[in-house]
Amino acid sequence: MHAYIIRRLLSFIPTLLLVSLLIFFLINLIPGDIIDAMQAETPDVALDRASLERKLGLDKPLIVQYARWVGIARQADGSLSGLLQGDFGISWWRKMPVLKLVALSWPVTLQLGLMGLIISQLIAFPVGIYSALRQDKLGDYIGRSFAILCISIPGFWLGTIVIVLPSIWWGYMPPIMLIRITEDPIGNLKMFIIPAIIVGMAMAGMLMRLTRTMMLEVLRQDYIRTAWAKGLRERVVTLRHTLKNALIPVITIIGLQAPILMGGTVIIEQIFSLPGMGRLILSATLHRDETLIGGIMFIFAAVLMLINLVVDLTYAYLDPRVHFK
Amino acid sequence: MGNSVTDSSSGRVAEKKRHSWLIGFLIRLVKEKPLGMVGGIITLLLLLTGIFADFIAPYGVNEIHLGNFLAPPSARFWLGADNLGRDILSRVIFGARISVIAGLAGSIWATTVSLIIGVLSGYIGGKLDLIVQRFVDAWMSLPSIILMMVIIAIIGPGLWQLIIVMGLTFGVTGSRLIRSAVISVKENVYVQAVEAIGCSTPRILLRHILPNIMAPTIILFTARVPNVILIEASLSFLGFGIPPPAASWGGMLSGMGRYYMLQAPWMVIWPGLALAIVVYGINMFGDAARDILDPRLRGGVGRYGARVKKEATIKK
Repeated sequence: MHAYIIRRLLSFIPTLLLVSLLIFFLINLIPGDIIDAMQAETPDVALDRASLERKLGLDKPLIVQYARWVGIARQADGSLSGLLQGDFGISWWRKMPVLKLVALSWPVTLQLGLMGLIISQLIAFPVGIYSALRQDKLGDYIGRSFAILCISIPGFWLGTIVIVLPSIWWGYMPPIMLIRITEDPIGNLKMFIIPAIIVGMAMAGMLMRLTRTMMLEVLRQDYIRTAWAKGLRERVVTLRHTLKNALIPVITIIGLQAPILMGGTVIIEQIFSLPGMGRLILSATLHRDETLIGGIMFIFAAVLMLINLVVDLTYAYLDPRVHFK
Repeated sequence: MGNSVTDSSSGRVAEKKRHSWLIGFLIRLVKEKPLGMVGGIITLLLLLTGIFADFIAPYGVNEIHLGNFLAPPSARFWLGADNLGRDILSRVIFGARISVIAGLAGSIWATTVSLIIGVLSGYIGGKLDLIVQRFVDAWMSLPSIILMMVIIAIIGPGLWQLIIVMGLTFGVTGSRLIRSAVISVKENVYVQAVEAIGCSTPRILLRHILPNIMAPTIILFTARVPNVILIEASLSFLGFGIPPPAASWGGMLSGMGRYYMLQAPWMVIWPGLALAIVVYGINMFGDAARDILDPRLRGGVGRYGARVKKEATIKK
C-alpha cells in the first residue's frame, strides 16, 4: 500500500511537468503580453518597453522563461525561485504574490465545493436508492426525471432566478460582502447554502443515476437472493447488503466529478459574488494576468490529481477485493 | 418489433429492413419510453426552430423597436423586450439556431477528435500510446471550463472558435472511452486474421475496428450534444463565448441582461428556461434512445429485457 502511494506520488512528477508545459505555452499563445496590458491600464504614460522586458525577463527566449517559471533556471537576480521552490511569482494586476491571492480565495471555493458535495449526496443517495427499489414504477420515473432535471438546469440560470425572484417579490438581496466563517458562522452558512445547493444539484443528478444503476446491478446478485431467502428484513437487505456494495463505484465518480465541481464553482462564484478561486481566475483572464492564470491552473491540476489519488485509496479501503501492488 | 426481416441477400430487402428499423424504434419509443418521446418531441422542435428561425420569429434578431425599451410581455412582444427594444421571443428563437449549430458541430468535432486520438492510441499502442496518454492525463487534470476560457482568450470569442475549443476539450476527454473500446476490439481473432492476411493498417482501422466501436461512439456523441449546448451557454454567460449582438441563450443572461434583471426579469428568465427545457429534452431522448439501441443494456433490467430474453430462448 505504501509502495503504491509512493509510486503514484512519483508518477505525479512527469504529469505535473507536462501540465506546466501545457499551461506555459497556452498562456504564451494569448495575444499581447503583460506590458501591453499595463500600457492599456495607463494609456497616458509611455512605458519603457525594453527596460520592463529586461526587468520581467521577457527578453529571454521562451524556453528560458519556462525554465525560470518552473524553477530549474536562475532568475535575472541569480536566485532559483519557481514552482519547484514554491514561488508562483507576483501577479502584476493585483501587485501581490500569486500564492497570497490564492491563500485568500481558496477557503471560499473549498467551502462551496465541500458543501456542494455534501448536498449532492444528501439528494442523490435517497432518491437513487428509492428509484432502484421501485424500478419502472411511478416513483422511479419521478426520481429519474428529477435526476435529468438536475443535470439539465443551467446553474447560472438557476442562480440568476434565485437572486431575481426573491428581490422582486420580497425585496431580498443576498449579502454582497463575504462573511468569513470565523467571524459569523451562521451568517456564513446562510450566505453559502443557496450557492452550494445549486453547485450540488448538477452533481446530484449524475450521482443519482449512478446510485440507481449500481443498486440495480447489486440487487440482481446471488448473495442478495440469499439474504432475502434467509428472511432478513428489507431494511437490512437494501441498506447493509446492497447499498454498501453499490456505493463503491459511486465513490469513484465523485473523483471524476471534481473538475466539473470546480468548473461549477467558477460560474456560481461569479453570480453570487463570492471571492473564490473561480472568480480570481476569471478576472485574471480578463486582465491578461498571465502569472496568476498559470499559477491558479497549476494549483487546480495538482489538487485534482491529489483528489484522484485519495479517491483511489478510499476505493481500496472500501472494497477489500481491490489490492494495489 | 419491426425488424422481422432476416433475409439480407438483396439490396431491396436491406433497405426495407432499415426503414422498418426506424419505424420499430419510433413505435418502441412511444410505447415504452413516454418520457423519451416527450424528449424526442422537444429535440425535434428545437431542430425545426433552429432551421426555420427566420420564418417563425415575429421580428428580426436585432430589430430595434424604439420606445419599447424593457417593455414587459404584451400582445405585441409575447415575452417582452430588452433594453434596446428588441423582441425577446425572436431572440430566443434565433438562440435556438445557435444552440443547434453549436450542439451538433461541437459534438461531431468532439467525437471526431476522440476517434482519431482513441483509435490511433489504442490500436498502435506501445510508445505512442504511452506518450499520448500522458498528454491526455495532463489535459484532463485541468478543469475543462477553465481550460476553455484560456483557449478562448487566445483565439478570440465567436461561434466557430467556441465549437473548435469545445470539440477539442471534450474530444480529448472522450478519447479514453474510444481507446478502451479499441483495445478490447483489437484482441478479437478476426483482427488477428486480417493482420495475418496482410491488410494495410488504414484498411483494418476503417473496415474492421471502426464498425465495431460504433456503439460507444454513438453513445459518446448523443451524450455530448446536451453537454456542449450547456457549456456553450455557460461560456457565453461568462463572456468567453459568442459576443453580442448575437442571440446566444447564455449570452442573453449576462451583460445587459444581468444589469437589467431586476427591472426586466423577462430578459433573463426566458432564455434560461428555453435552455433548460432543451437540454432536458435532449437528455431524456438520448437516454431512451440508448436504452433501446444498445443491445448490451437490453439484457438485464426492465420489462422489455425480460421479454427479449424469453424470445431469444424460444427461438433457440
